[in-house]
Amino acid sequence: MSEFIAQHPIIGATLRSIVALVLLLTAVAYLTWFERKVVAHIQSRWGPWMVGPHGLLQPLADALKGIFKEDPTPQGADKFVYHLAPFLSLSLALSSIALIPFGPQPLLGVSNVNTGLLVLFAITSLSVYGVVLAGWSSNSKYPLLGGLRSSAQMVSYELSLTLSVIGVLLLVGSFNLRDIIANQQGHYWGIVPRWHIFAAPLPQVIGLLCYFIAAVAETNRAPFDLPEAEQELVAGFHTEYASMKFATFFIAEYTAMVTVAIVASLLFFGGWLSPFPDSWTWTHYFPTLFCLAGAAWLVWDGLRYPTKFGRVLLPILGAVLAVVGVLCALGGVNEIVQGPFWFVSKVFVFLFIYVWVRGTLPRFRYDQLMGFGWKILLPVALANVLLTALAALVLKR
Amino acid sequence: MSIELFLFFLFAGLAVLGAVSLIVMRHPIHSALSLIVVMVALACLYLLIGAEFIAAVQIIVYAGAIMVLFVFVIMLLNAGEEERTNLSGMARYVGVPLSILFTLQLAYWMFRASAQHAWLQTAPPGPPTLMRDLALRLFREFVLPFELTAILILVAMLGAVVLARRES
Repeated sequence: MSEFIAQHPIIGATLRSIVALVLLLTAVAYLTWFERKVVAHIQSRWGPWMVGPHGLLQPLADALKGIFKEDPTPQGADKFVYHLAPFLSLSLALSSIALIPFGPQPLLGVSNVNTGLLVLFAITSLSVYGVVLAGWSSNSKYPLLGGLRSSAQMVSYELSLTLSVIGVLLLVGSFNLRDIIANQQGHYWGIVPRWHIFAAPLPQVIGLLCYFIAAVAETNRAPFDLPEAEQELVAGFHTEYASMKFATFFIAEYTAMVTVAIVASLLFFGGWLSPFPDSWTWTHYFPTLFCLAGAAWLVWDGLRYPTKFGRVLLPILGAVLAVVGVLCALGGVNEIVQGPFWFVSKVFVFLFIYVWVRGTLPRFRYDQLMGFGWKILLPVALANVLLTALAALVLKR
Repeated sequence: MSIELFLFFLFAGLAVLGAVSLIVMRHPIHSALSLIVVMVALACLYLLIGAEFIAAVQIIVYAGAIMVLFVFVIMLLNAGEEERTNLSGMARYVGVPLSILFTLQLAYWMFRASAQHAWLQTAPPGPPTLMRDLALRLFREFVLPFELTAILILVAMLGAVVLARRES
């Protein structure tokens, strides 16, 4: 079996892509739940809680609702482009997962591309079309305005996005994502990880800030969500879309969020690398500890949950998590789990910040948005490139 | 047929189809979309000959930036469908035959050349060109043309700003 797969790399790649896609889509579904919960708590509400315990089945209910809703096409819409736009958005957003390595083992990741980061930016730069074409083809005023705003915004912020990572590239000298992570291995003074955010010639703090701000704008999220500003444009570019096509835009947006979080953790926070030195072997049991703590909380919370369903489901989930935790302590599994565990933890932190920003900051005005992008973000990102280049040069001499 | 050859014909066909539809389509947005298809198909062809960097840059610059501006302008002007006019007599009786002749001639000479030179027949897929080598050549051997192009683009940008600012 394994020989057969080794002979036909296409089969292995297909299997890996399917697994990656399923995991990604599940993560995206629960990201919507997570965002609604966190934003609700920021605003002193409960968020979804009716469908399943703690609203855990809400994504499923949303998907069902999306499938069964009526799906009208607006009069005078350009039919071909109208149907193409959501498909384009989703397929571009999903295809970027093919470039991401999840752990040091070559099997953890779909592909290993020499110019990985560049290809990732190429995919990002195309994703504007989904939004623009959706806005144009709907034959309606608000979507058109949303699409126009979006194209201007994404073209402006893409420059800063690309410039902000050049600092990192100067330190690494490669576009390969695995090389970029390998460059961050090790620790200063045996304790501070050599992640690019702490890198020696010039810590890439400015780069990270620029990257994150530009990426939030690039994914059309608050406070840069002008293309879908509810108070001005109803729902912006996807006003005329209903049912699964609307859901497709939704999934694409959240997938883009996940990609941004992944790239941020890869470039600046060492990807799958543990923050602790290798010699601290007890840190290898963090995944187990984490799972057991989560399991304990699930059981404790589940047993006193008001509904019967919750009293059954939550402890079962807890038990499953406990088994996973114990498995993670076993030798071989423990080794494999290290990379993905730290990777997912870092990505999760970024996603939380994303949601936190959305729950806290008010939206920019359009002229402020453009002014900020061109007059502040771009020069700062450029300055970061120059400073990093100088620092790298001086250190090499 | 090897998979490379199959992919080559797939993307080459896509590029030609996109180019034809660019001319045939009556709505400017559809034409712009066809042009994007051409750009992406060309990028895939670059990938096939191992030019990863050029492929990525092709998509980022042409499909991702220039064509977005095209679409933006078309949307902003709200350009409608074009009227189709009849071909002028000159185009019908001189232009069309000449262009067909030119294509045939081009195909013939390419065929002749590939029959004579072995290196044209088997374009080696080889290992992908390293970006390091590309950068070294660009910034050592070709640094003067490179910088001159940069200045040219800067001048063009200044000109655009001046033209846009003329009224105020």
